[in-house]
Order: sequence, then structure tokens, then C-alpha cells
Amino acid sequence: MDSINRAIISATQAGLPLTSEPYQTLAEQIGISAEEFMQRLTQMQATGIIRRIGAVPNHYKLGYQHNGMTVWDVTDAQIDRLGTQVGLLDFVSHCYHRPRHLPEWRYNLFAMIHSKTAAGAEQQIAQIATLLGTHCHAHEVLYSTRILKKTGLRISK
Amino acid sequence: MDAIDRDIINTLQAGFPICPSPYKQVAQGLNISEPELLTRLQGLLDSGFLSRFGPLFHAEQMGGALTLAAVKVPEQDFENIADTINAFPEVAHNYARSHELNMWFVLATENPAQIEQTIVKIEQQTGLQVYNMPKIHEYFVGLKLEA
Repeated sequence: MDSINRAIISATQAGLPLTSEPYQTLAEQIGISAEEFMQRLTQMQATGIIRRIGAVPNHYKLGYQHNGMTVWDVTDAQIDRLGTQVGLLDFVSHCYHRPRHLPEWRYNLFAMIHSKTAAGAEQQIAQIATLLGTHCHAHEVLYSTRILKKTGLRISK
Repeated sequence: MDAIDRDIINTLQAGFPICPSPYKQVAQGLNISEPELLTRLQGLLDSGFLSRFGPLFHAEQMGGALTLAAVKVPEQDFENIADTINAFPEVAHNYARSHELNMWFVLATENPAQIEQTIVKIEQQTGLQVYNMPKIHEYFVGLKLEA
């Protein structure tokens, strides 16, 4: 990644300016044309450096009080097939295969769920359990009780 | 928050155009004026309904690294340990969770070597074992929460 892309990331990591021509504003800050700025953003989006440009809501403030990190002990040989299916569920925001830390931590499949009600969360968990079936040997749900820190990605200049 | 605010949140979660006057374009789709969109968006950020508005970067695609890590914090030390861990600029998110492993944080660094270095520093400063759980495979990331 070159220095201009780094400057673009650095200039936008706190967010986009709320001005009529935000890309022009940022381009001026880093000393390139608005056209180049937009072209580079488009390219970074195409190559996946930018996942998307948009709003990040605060789950809690939107009424999603029940945000659970569900963790599952899934047969290793089946995890890619099952993880892909769990990731397709419309209430799952993140789904990953992560390492176990035996004996204290046996879970290898992580899926974040979000619900406005406790009953809704229970139903989502039951749906994942049904999908995993006998390939799941145990599971737990870790509800977040407090946000201690939430910032965007930071890179040094 | 009224129906227009909800409409703004739902629309802007999906994405934002790259063009000279993107707010104007979004405002037209929402049937409001550009100044109204900007005012409301500022309000949603100020009131915390939105945590952030802008590009979301994919750390690994930039050569950077991410991991999820957890620690078991004795209840009486919880605030102090949270302060110690949050003081690391590499800590992007940190959540208290209902489990024996009661503090879970995401580290984001510019290169993979810094993950291990940061974990060692956190272990030294907190005296706690850090359970590092980097992703082995990503099956899905994304979600639109209906506002």
C-alpha cells in the first residue's frame, strides 16, 4: 500500500466529514484531486481493503439489547460446511472458526447473534443448535454486559 | 428517533456512494434535503445511535492483522484492568461478557508480528493470561440491523 492510500485511510478513520463534498474536503487535506481520491476509494472497495462505506449503528441504542457471542464445540471435520451454513443465517453478523484452548476453552465455532428480546435470542440459538445437530458437542452464549471500548481501526501516520 | 432517522440508518448501513455530492444523492433517495440529512446524521452520531460513519477497513487486506482475545479478570480488578487494556491503541473493541472469561477484546495492528508483541505487553502489564483466538476461517461478516 502506498503513502497516498495510507493518507486516505488515516484521514477517514475517524469518519467522513459531514460537508456537502466530503471527498473533496478530504482530498484537499491530503493534497490530491477529488477525482483521484474517489478513484482510489473505489479501487480500495473493489480490492476489499474497504469492506463498505457506511454507518455503524450502536446495537444497544437501536434496541438490540440481546447481543450474544454464541460459541460451539463442533466436529473439526465438519466445521467448514457447518460454519458456512451458520454464517448464512440472517441474524448472524459474524461467524468464524477460531482455535480451541483445551482444557479451558473447547469451542471452535463463533457466531454473533443480535435480538431485541431474550426470547428472540433463545430462538436464534435453538436454530443454530438444530442446524449443527449431532456435530455439536457443547455450546455456550456469552452476552455482552457492557461496551468497554469501541473505536475504528487506527493506523499511525 | 423518528421514521426519517430510521430510514437514514437503514439506508446508510447498506453503503454510501462515491461521487462528488454523495449526501445530496442519498438525501434525494430519502426524499429529504441535503442539509436535513447532514443535520440528522450529526444528531445520530452525537446521540450515539451511530458509532461511526465512514469507510470500514479490512485490516488483513491492508497487510494488517486482527485477533480476538480474552482474559479472566478478578471482579475487584475489573475497572483497572479495563483501563490498562483500553490504553493500548491496538485495542479496537473491548466488551465485558457474562462468562469466566469476562473481558473480550479485539486487537488490530498494522502487521501480524505486532499482535503477539501486544499480547505479551498486555500479559506483562495485567499479570493475566491472554487467550488468543485469531480467526482460522471467516465464514461471514456483515449484517443490517433494522433500526
